[in-house]
Formats: sequence, C-alpha cells, structure tokens
Amino acid sequence: MPAQNKTNADKKSACSKAVDYSQAEINKQLTPEDKVELYRQMVRIRKFEQISLKYYNQGVMGGFLHLYIGQEAVAVGTCSLKGDHDHYITTYRDHGHALALGMNMNECMAELFGKATGCSKGKGGSMHFFAPDKNYWGGHGIVGGQTPLGAGLAYGVKYLGHKGSCLCYMGDGAINQGAYHEALNLAGLWDLPVIFIIENNGYSMGTSQKRSSAHPEEGLAARAEGYGIEWDVINGENIYEVRAKTWEAMERAHNESRPTVLEIDTYRYYGHSVADANAKKYRSKEEIERYQREHDPLKIWQNILIEEGHLTEDEAKQIDKEAKEEALASAKFAEESPYPEVADIMDDIYYEVDRGTDKAKHGKYFFND
Amino acid sequence: MPLITYRQALNEALAEEIERDENVVLIGEEVAEYNGAYKVTEGLWAKYGDKRVVDAPISEAGFIGMGVGASMLGVRPVMELMFWSFAYVAMDQMINNAATVRYMSGGLINCPIVVRGPANGGTNVGATHSHTPENLFASMPGLKVVVPATAYDAKGLMKAAIRDDDPVYVMENTLLYGEKWEVPTNDELEEGELVIPLGVADLKREGTDLSIIAHGRCVIESLKAAEVLKHDHGLDVEVLDLRSIRPLDEDAILATVRKTNNVLLVDENRPFCGVSSMIATIIQEKAFDDLDGPIMRVNTIDAPAIYSPGVEPHQLPNVDRIVAKVLDMQISK
Ligand SMILES: Cc1ncc(C[n+]2csc(CCOP(=O)(O)OP(=O)(O)O)c2C)c(N)n1
Repeated sequence: MPAQNKTNADKKSACSKAVDYSQAEINKQLTPEDKVELYRQMVRIRKFEQISLKYYNQGVMGGFLHLYIGQEAVAVGTCSLKGDHDHYITTYRDHGHALALGMNMNECMAELFGKATGCSKGKGGSMHFFAPDKNYWGGHGIVGGQTPLGAGLAYGVKYLGHKGSCLCYMGDGAINQGAYHEALNLAGLWDLPVIFIIENNGYSMGTSQKRSSAHPEEGLAARAEGYGIEWDVINGENIYEVRAKTWEAMERAHNESRPTVLEIDTYRYYGHSVADANAKKYRSKEEIERYQREHDPLKIWQNILIEEGHLTEDEAKQIDKEAKEEALASAKFAEESPYPEVADIMDDIYYEVDRGTDKAKHGKYFFND
Repeated sequence: MPLITYRQALNEALAEEIERDENVVLIGEEVAEYNGAYKVTEGLWAKYGDKRVVDAPISEAGFIGMGVGASMLGVRPVMELMFWSFAYVAMDQMINNAATVRYMSGGLINCPIVVRGPANGGTNVGATHSHTPENLFASMPGLKVVVPATAYDAKGLMKAAIRDDDPVYVMENTLLYGEKWEVPTNDELEEGELVIPLGVADLKREGTDLSIIAHGRCVIESLKAAEVLKHDHGLDVEVLDLRSIRPLDEDAILATVRKTNNVLLVDENRPFCGVSSMIATIIQEKAFDDLDGPIMRVNTIDAPAIYSPGVEPHQLPNVDRIVAKVLDMQISK
C-alpha cells in the first residue's frame, strides 16, 4: 500500500488485508488462461510504453508522453470487466486503457508518431486515443474536464435503455476541479450508472496529494458521501481486489443505476510526463525504488500466477519477449507510415463536409480556404 | 399563415423534433416544471414527461458537459442556457470538448448537441447578463453558430440545428421572444415541414444603393432604418440577414456587395474582434474593387453593458444610430 495513502486505506480497505479477493465470484470465473491473459495485457502496456519512451527520447514524437508504467493493474483489472454496454473514458494518461480495451499497438504507436495510420489519424497524439467501437471514448487533455463527459456517457446508457455503465478515470489532482463536483452531483441526483475512478498515484505533476487536497486523511473518494454516492478505496497493485471491488460498483450501476466513486491507490515510476524535468526532485530515489521493488503490479501478479501454478518463469519471460517484439514492430510500423497530408488538416471538423453531403454546400465553413 | 411569436416558433420546433426523434431530449435550468425561464419550453414537460424534458441544477459545466458525453453515444440533447452569458461557466465543455472531439478522434466521434438560449443586451440587466458571444464560438472550428432574427427563421433554423450532426449553438434574443411573424403551419408547406438549412443567408429587403449586413435583432433594427432612409432620404437599402455566423454565406455577402457597392455592417457584437471585423475582412479580401467607399460599422459601444435603462438602448445598434451612420457615409444614388 503506498505510504502516503495509508490513511485512506485505514478508512475503507484496511479490512481488505483480511479478505481473499481471489475468492470473489467475479475472480472465481477466471480460467487460468484468463489470468495469464491479464498478465500479458499488463506486460504489453509496459513494453509499449518503454519502447515509446525510447523513441520519444530520440525526438521523433511531439508533445507530451504521460507514461502509465506502475499503474497497469488498474487499467487491466477494470477493463477486463467490460460488457457490451460498459463504456470507458479517461484523462491524458490514456495508453494503458487503450491497450487493455483491445486497441491495436500499431494504431496507438502511429498516433504517438503523428502518422496518418494512427488511431486518430495523427490528429490527437498521446493524450487523445479513441476507439468508440471498443466503447473507448478517450483520451482527454483538460484535468477533470472528462468527468462530466463520463456522467454523460452514463446518461446515454440509461437514456438508450441499456444495462451498462461508464467507467470514468481521473488522477488524484482532478478531484479538486469544479467540473468533477458538478458531475458527482448530477450522477447522484439523476442516478447515473457512472463509476468515477480516481487513480491515486500520489502526485499531480510535482504536487503531492497531501499538498493539494483538503482533508486527505478521510480518503479522496470519501467526498462522494456529500453527494450520497457509495465509495471505496482499492489497493491498485492487486488485480483481484481491483476486479472484485470494481465489479461490485459495476453491478450497482447495472442493477440499480447508481454511481460509485473508487479510489485506486497506485504509483507511477516515471515523471509526470517525459518532459517532467523535476521527476526526481519531488519524490526521493528511495521512495521510487521501494515501489518498484515491493509494489510492482506486474511482479506481484506474476508471483501470484506462479504460486497458483498457472505460469512458469520461462513462460513469463516468453510473454515479455513477445510483447517487446510486438511493441518494436509497432514502432517500425509507425516509422514507416506516412504523415497526414497538409490538406488533411481540414478534415474531421464537420460531419457533412467529411461526407460531402448537400448540406456541406451551404455557406462556407472555413475562412481563407 | 398564422402570426406567431418568436417564442412560440421555437416551442413548436422543439415539440416537433421531440416527436420526430426519440433521442431528442431537452435539458436545462427550469425548462421542465417551471416551463422555461423565458417560457420557450412552455408545456413541453407536461406533454412529454420527465424523460424528454429535464430540469438541471444550476451547474452549467456539469450539465453541458454531460450533454456532450451523452451526444457522443447517440442521444441528441438540446441544452438551454438561461442566458448565453452563462456559457462562460461551461466554456471548457463547449470548446475543449464539444468542438474538438470529432477532430481529435480523427472523425470517429460525432457530437450532435444543441445549446440554445437568449444572447443579447438591451434588457437592463448589467454587464454579466448581457453578453452576445457569437464571435467567440464562431471563431472555433467544429462549432456552428446560428442567430435567428424572426419567428420564421427561429423555427426553421432550430429544427435544422437539432438534426445537425455537429454541435450547433443557437443564440436567441430576449427582446424578440414576444414579437410576431407569419410562420406557415406544416399543412401549408409543400415540404411538410419548415427546416432552414444552416449557412444560407436571407435577403430580407432588396435595394440598390447600400447593403446592410446584419444578424439577429440587428436585422430588425436595420429593416426599420431602411424604411426611414427610404422615406426621409430616398435611399434604397438592401438588408442581408446572415442567419448563421458559421457556416457563413460568403456568396450572399459578396453578391450584395457587388450589387450595391456600399456596405454597412450592423452587429450587436462589440467592434473589437467581433463578427463584423471578420466580415469586413472577407469583403476587403474578395470584393475590394467593388466598393465605392469604406466599409462602415455599427456595433455595440465598446464597453461592458451599462445597466441604466436610460442609456443602454444607445449602447446597442438601433435605428437612430444606423440611420446616422448611413447619412455619414454620404452615398451617392
Ligand atoms: C485544467 C488543467 N489544468 C492544468 C493542466 C496541466 N496538467 C496536466 S496533468 C496535471 C497534473 C494532474 O495530476 P493528476 O490529476 O493527479 O493525474 P496524474 O497525472 O497523476 O495521473 C496538470 C497540472 C491541465 N492539463 N488541465
């Protein structure tokens, strides 16, 4: 359990130590192959990001690169619960959820390179991955700005008469934005099947959670109480716990159309983004190393699988190797892909213009064209 | 053809679209039980119920953002802002999310939301409640901005806005809500319905000596000014109503300029970086040789809205200011 969050843990999931989440109904349904698959997904995210970091440092990508390394169990655990009408939306730290929801590494890597073959045709970049066909609604750059959208997706699920939910992720810094509180109020008031997931990695850029959020000892999710919304705190390095408690919230959404706020404690190994020049200043070297040594979700899950007899060290190495090859191949694909054309700048702004319908002939949509 | 108010026309448009498409839902502060702060949604909640007409808390960023999210999934929310001045509270959702999600997703996501409500000064409610922000939103690619000047246009444009697959922001005018115009019933129309395509300007008055280009309530003031100029000064003024700011009917603008060779822009935006600045630039770039004199403008006087009922009418474009400006231009017939 991350040290700075011990108090949160005290509040709700201290008892979780005593609970064996592997025995939760949703986890008992996992076959050994499913469990190994969860491991593979986590490894794929890590390799994808390690390779992207390498290329970022070579200067072939623009913009920011917010790495998810250290937090993989959160995306993989929660995304593994997706049903037909469960929707996902997150902030700019969005690669992990994208891959966990089944996006292809090629289209993701190409997006980082700004290539026409990218998932958003090179128009979005690292912070703006989308795959609506996989119920993935992005990738949003304004801290907290995606939280009303998440409530809206849940509103849509309910309005359209589906039995589903929206999982809306954010960082611990986002919970101080007004939009988040408005979204919570609407979710509580209108019984929206939304699950707000605070991925608490302890820091927003260089500011520790303790220095940014009032009343931290209660736990960040506890603010939900003011809106009559259920909440919980989860140990984000244990995939069994992530799945069991998130599923509980999803069932509340599916069956009662009620929202939940979950705070999932986790840690990021790298800086806020690769451009974070202070990455090593606001956290001690010891702290980072301790997390990597004792709290790495990949190692923890690997050990569990080995203990349970579903995986050998050699098999783990093989999974590692394959994921690395896949990531390298995606970088090659991205490198060899073309940039969009300058004329493409004007596509994807207006629906009818893209489709060349009669409507598009009325008026001018763009000046100086 | 029945004479109905601008407000009734909007109400009819909303009702017809609710009936036509089960995914259309009205959301806003006081739109349901209270029947609308300006009574545009009167009777709709009683008729269509809680699912289709929804009262929102005073929470513009929250509920507009929620509408954007729901629209991505296929709901077609029509959101009411009590005043467009409050759009500033929801600006992040209206610009960073609604306007850009289609682009940033490489065209994967549509956002068919409508945001509507009154945007205007002239009701003596001071600076925070009198904004006319069409220039701000029209400057953002991805958004469409519509400003109806009559009941006829209000009905037709609102229906088109709701059917549109992009975010459309409809700016109504409180001072026009109670005014009446002829609006055909659906039975009287060959097409069966009044739907006015966005991006088509309307020549509200033909003339040969001068083109006034305007939108919203300024069209009405310009038409009155044109009558005065005809009657008292023998000037034959043409009035072009833009109806939508984006998409903008550039062809109609250039056509009227080429016809009369004199242009006055009348625009409730302030002059600095306003809609009229943009239109003046277009004319200068594309029809400079057709001009007999400089392009002139009547805008809202460039200060925050003054409260004083004795003064505010003079801050806005009005008949007197328009007539005076035209006479200043010394147009030769
Ligand atoms: C409204 C807004 N303010 C500031 C920023 C710049 N910014 C981007 S990420 C970030 C830190 C957010 O931290 P947190 O929400 O805890 O998420 P984490 O990065 O830890 O995942 C800041 C300040 C922004 N993108 N949006």
